[in-house]
Amino acid sequence: MPIQYYITLASILFCIGVTGALTRRNAIIIFMCIELMLNAVNLLLVAFSKMPFAVLPNSTAAAGTDAQLFVFFIMVVAAAEVSVGLAIIVMMYRNVHSIDVNFLNRLKN
Amino acid sequence: MNAIIVSAVWGVIMMFCSFLVKNRGSYRHIAAFGLLTLLVANILNVKGILLFDIDDHNMLHFSNFGLYFNSIAIFSTLVYVLLTGKEMEKYGKYAAEYFTLIFFVLCGVSVLSAYNNMLMLFIGIEILSIPLYILTGSDKKNLKSNEAALKYFLMGAFSTGLMLMGIALMYGGTGSFQLEIVRAAGKANGTVLSFLEVTGLLFLFVSMAFKVSAAPFHFWTPDVYDGAPTVFTSFMATVVKAAGFIAFIKLCEVRMVETGLDIDKTFGVNWQLLFAILIIATLLVGNITAVFQQSVKRMLAYSSIAQAGFMLFALFSLNDLAKEGILVYSVAYSLATIGIFAVLVKMKDFTFEGFNGLAKKQPVLAAACTIFLLSLAGIPLTAGFFAKYYMLASVIKTGSYTWLVIIAVLFAAVSVYYYFRVIQAMYFKDGEASTEEITPSFKTGLVLLSALIILVGVMPSLVLNYFYF
Repeated sequence: MPIQYYITLASILFCIGVTGALTRRNAIIIFMCIELMLNAVNLLLVAFSKMPFAVLPNSTAAAGTDAQLFVFFIMVVAAAEVSVGLAIIVMMYRNVHSIDVNFLNRLKN
Repeated sequence: MNAIIVSAVWGVIMMFCSFLVKNRGSYRHIAAFGLLTLLVANILNVKGILLFDIDDHNMLHFSNFGLYFNSIAIFSTLVYVLLTGKEMEKYGKYAAEYFTLIFFVLCGVSVLSAYNNMLMLFIGIEILSIPLYILTGSDKKNLKSNEAALKYFLMGAFSTGLMLMGIALMYGGTGSFQLEIVRAAGKANGTVLSFLEVTGLLFLFVSMAFKVSAAPFHFWTPDVYDGAPTVFTSFMATVVKAAGFIAFIKLCEVRMVETGLDIDKTFGVNWQLLFAILIIATLLVGNITAVFQQSVKRMLAYSSIAQAGFMLFALFSLNDLAKEGILVYSVAYSLATIGIFAVLVKMKDFTFEGFNGLAKKQPVLAAACTIFLLSLAGIPLTAGFFAKYYMLASVIKTGSYTWLVIIAVLFAAVSVYYYFRVIQAMYFKDGEASTEEITPSFKTGLVLLSALIILVGVMPSLVLNYFYF
């Protein structure tokens, strides 16, 4: 399959993630959209790693393994981020009993 | 490598201190000692003595520039812990954990100042940011702190997503995460990069602009800096921000061909014009909005955006003078901001009125505060003057875009207005400025810090000689 299909799919996923993160009001949904962005990147990296010859003029057979390693790092770091992020959301829920980001306007004035 | 490992180890040690050491007051002394050893370890690294023998597969490259910036960051943190460490104990039950997080942030700073591979850039940014989300939300019962933490977290995660997309696209275009290969790919293809690489670089630049709060990606900054506990705002606005710039400047070098002459046409996009627009927008938003603030804390948040505009000049000109300049700027800006926040933490009222008549009640505090503000405004004889001078000189050295310098000077004049408003409130207005209890050692610390700022302002070569030594 040509690499363009993967690039298109990843771009679409990424755009859905960005749109969701910017327009939704529920903190958890925003969070999910950000995860979607990360997963789009994972998909793209794996696609690039499996098809180095499609995009690279002079690469060796070993090329591409570093992108697969990168995907693992993204997963690990995303998990660390989730643990902190959910803790912050829970902390906010305890105080205001809502996870709607429209509540977040005390700092404006 | 020394600083990365020693800071991580100290982070773990501080975590154990949380339950092994019962005396809450001693945490900050342990942390200060840890920072001192960290500083020594880093200086040993500069001298070529490595404490650990680790094969990093060329993913990290320890240049003098990066190591030297590390020393500055560690030193600023040491000053910060000595001056305001006591205030951290107010928030929550486990004060030692804040020091843990600060050590982890420093670990991230060390990675960022040495990365040579996009993977390390990503990991460094994350090690830097994740502890900061926690520090921002450390005042658990305070709604403003909660809100700031959530905002910071969502914006941070979002910009990380953009950064990863940028890295992935760059990988698709060049086939490697190593910076030098990315740079070489730019040269091999002639002057124009592929579409993937240009898009990837744009994504990376946008995400870094988020991290260093350059306009138009600055909107989270005032809210987060205002909502976070004042002690931690101080840390976020200084060490962390400067580290963002060091990471950014390394990334920007990717767009520069080895000769450094033909910067504009490297990738078929006029990057310099792009940066010029970014700088003007940042200076405009930072300075003009700061004028209208009623709270000193929020004013400082906007002023940090304005200062970021000045630091962006280093990314614009990318010559030797710019690299020296960003080091001097980090010293000047970090020290002055840490000082002013240390005073702010002691104030009960953060509005401008709260500072009325401070000079009569606390003359030492007011005098030190004045020096910090003068340095931030860039008045001669303070460190801030030479910091701004180096930045502008680096732009003039590039030979083009001289009008940018004129705009920058005009905005520096605007910044004098809002900094002097605080000085005016302290000295020329009557009022009952109420502060918390001021200890003599705190006063001594402030005096020493202002002396240091004036010393750097008189002899900036002190900072730079060490760099070349």
